[in-house]
Amino acid sequence: MSTQTATAAIDIRETSKIYGRNRETGVVALDQVSLAIRDNEFFTLLGPSGCGKTTLLRLIAGFEQPTHGEILLFGEHLEGLPPYKRPVNTVFQHYALFPHMTVAENISFGLEMLDTPNTQISSTVKEVLGLVQMEHLANRKTDQLSGGQQQRVALARALAPKPKVLLLDEPLSALDFKLRKEMQVELKRLQNETGITFIFVTHDQEEALTMSDRVAVMRDGLILQVGNPREIYDRPAKRFVADFIGDINILKGRILSKNGAQATVKLNAGYQGTAGLPAETDSLGDEVSIAIRPEQLSFVSGAGPEHLSGSIQHISYFGSGFDYEIVMPTGETIMLQLQNRGAGDHAYTVGDRAHIAISENSMQILAD
Amino acid sequence: MVDIATTARRKIIKGIDLKYQPGFSQITWFCIVVLYAPIAVLVLFSFNENRSVTVWTQFSLDWYVKAWENEGIQHAALVSLEVAFVAMVISTILATMAALVTTRTPPYRGMNIAVAVINQPLMVPEVVTAVATLIFFAIIKQATGISGIGYLIAAHTAFCIPFAYMPIRARLEDMDLSLEQAAADLYAPPFKVFRRVTLPLLMPGILAGAMLAFIVSLDDVIITLFVAGPGETTLPLYILGQIRRGVTPEINAVSTVFLGISVILVTFIFLFGKDKK
Repeated sequence: MSTQTATAAIDIRETSKIYGRNRETGVVALDQVSLAIRDNEFFTLLGPSGCGKTTLLRLIAGFEQPTHGEILLFGEHLEGLPPYKRPVNTVFQHYALFPHMTVAENISFGLEMLDTPNTQISSTVKEVLGLVQMEHLANRKTDQLSGGQQQRVALARALAPKPKVLLLDEPLSALDFKLRKEMQVELKRLQNETGITFIFVTHDQEEALTMSDRVAVMRDGLILQVGNPREIYDRPAKRFVADFIGDINILKGRILSKNGAQATVKLNAGYQGTAGLPAETDSLGDEVSIAIRPEQLSFVSGAGPEHLSGSIQHISYFGSGFDYEIVMPTGETIMLQLQNRGAGDHAYTVGDRAHIAISENSMQILAD
Repeated sequence: MVDIATTARRKIIKGIDLKYQPGFSQITWFCIVVLYAPIAVLVLFSFNENRSVTVWTQFSLDWYVKAWENEGIQHAALVSLEVAFVAMVISTILATMAALVTTRTPPYRGMNIAVAVINQPLMVPEVVTAVATLIFFAIIKQATGISGIGYLIAAHTAFCIPFAYMPIRARLEDMDLSLEQAAADLYAPPFKVFRRVTLPLLMPGILAGAMLAFIVSLDDVIITLFVAGPGETTLPLYILGQIRRGVTPEINAVSTVFLGISVILVTFIFLFGKDKK
C-alpha cells in the first residue's frame, strides 16, 4: 500500500481513554479526541496538568491502550501493537537513561534491538552525538552528566533509530530557565535538520508558542483549539484558551452586527469597534466576553468616544516594561502593558486618570 | 576576646539546637557494650591456650587447629554449606520471580494475600512451622519411601524465601518503571527488557537477598533440629550438642569463624544494597 502525500503522520480518530469500569464511575482522561498531525511538523500538546496531554502521548507510544477509537501512524493502524513494535520513540520527562550503561551504550540500545549491523551502529551513534554536540562525552556514565547533558543524551537516544515520530513528554521542565531557552532553540533546530515529526507535550505556553508549527490546547480530556501559535495567541476561540496563554483582558460587551468572521461590538465600558468571531457562535448570548491583549492597549492624551478611560490603580515594573491596572467606571479592571523605552516615557502614577486606545483589529470574541 | 565570645555563642547554639539530644550518646554506648561484650569475650577466649573459657592464660591458635581437624565439625560445616547454598539459590530464584510479579504487573485480586503468604514464615512462630514441617515430611516419607537431605533443603528454602524477597522487592520498588518503558520504547521485546535493563539494575537486590538467605539458612537451629535426619547435623546443631557436654574453647573457635563469615556476608549486603551513586 503506497502512502499518499496527504497522509497524516499521526491520525487520532475519536479516541477516548477511560480509567476504571466506565464513563460514569471512572476517570475520563481523554474524551473522543480527533486530531491529525502532519508529517514533518513540530506539534505541541499544551494544557494544564491532568488535561490528558500525556495520556495522548502514551497512547501513541503504546504504553496505554485506548478505550475507544483508533490511532493511525502514516495510515497504518497501531491497535494492538506493543511499544517495541511501534516506529516511534519517546523522550521521557526525567530522561529515563539507563544508569548501568555509558552514553554511547544508551544511544546504541535501540539500534541493537533493531538488529542493526555493528558498523552502522557506531556510525549512527557518532552522527547523533554530533547532532546534540555530545561527542566528547560518549564514554561517560550517565550519572556523571549534568541535567542539560542528560537531556541531550535522551534526545540522541530517541533519535538514533530514526523514528517516524518523536514523542517528547515535558522534556524541558526539569531544566533551569537559561538552559531551557537554549534547548528550545536546539529542539527546533533538531526537528528541522532531521525532518522527523515532533510531538511535544508541555504545560508552558511560552515554550509552545516559540517552538511549534501548530499547537493543540487541551483541557479536561478535550482539545479546545488547534492552530499555529499566532492563531492561538491572537485569535483564541475559547475563554480558557485566552486565559491560559499569556495575559489577557476579558471585558463584557454586545454584538451590534455580524459580518462573516468579524463582528461590530460595543464594550460596556464604551468603546465600539470590530472584533473576531469564534468558529462556534451558537453558545453566544446577548452579552459576550471580549478579549484584548494588554500590549494592544496604549495611553492617549485626550478623552474621546473611541477611547476607554479609568483611574490607575496599580503599576508594576518587570524590567522590560510596565503593567498598569486601570479601573473603569463599569467596575471592570483592565491591564495595559507598555514597553520600557527609557525614562520620562511614563508620566503616570497611581490614582491618575488615564485614557486608553485599543489597537485596531485586536479584539476577539470568546466562546465559553 | 573574640574566642570567648565565640565559645559563649556556641554554648547558646548547643542549648537551642533541636538536633542536640543530651544523654543519647551515653545510651548508645551502653547498648553497644551490652550487645557486643559477650561476643568480644567469646572471640577472645577462642585464642586462649587453656581449656577454660573464663580464665585467660596465654594466646594460642591451638583450638582453631583442633576444630579444623575435628571430623564432626568438618562434616557439620559441609552439611551447613551445602544446605545453605542450595537453599539460597532456589529461594533467591523464587523470591525474584515473586518480587517481579508483585511489583511489575498491574494489581490483581489477591495480590496482598500472595505477599502475606510469601512473608508467612516471618509471622508464624518458628517452632510451629518446625512441628508442622516435621509432621508433613513424615507423611511424605511414609507415602513415597524417599528420604535424604532434600527435606532439610526444602524446609530451609521455604523459610529463606521471605528474607530473599524483601531486599529484591525493595530494590524493584525503587527502580523507576520508566526505565523499562524506555527499553520497550527502543524496540526491546519483554525478555530483552528483562535481561538488558531489569536484571542488571536488580542485581544488587538479588545479591543482597541471596546473601541474607544464605546467612539465615546457615544460622537456623529450630527447624533444622526438627527436620534434620541422621548424618544431617549442621554446624549450629553440632555446637548445640557439644555445649551440653561442657564448653571448650574449640566451640569458641568454631563460633568465631562462623561469626567472621556472617560479618563478611553482611558487609557485602550493605555494600550491594547501597546505590552506587
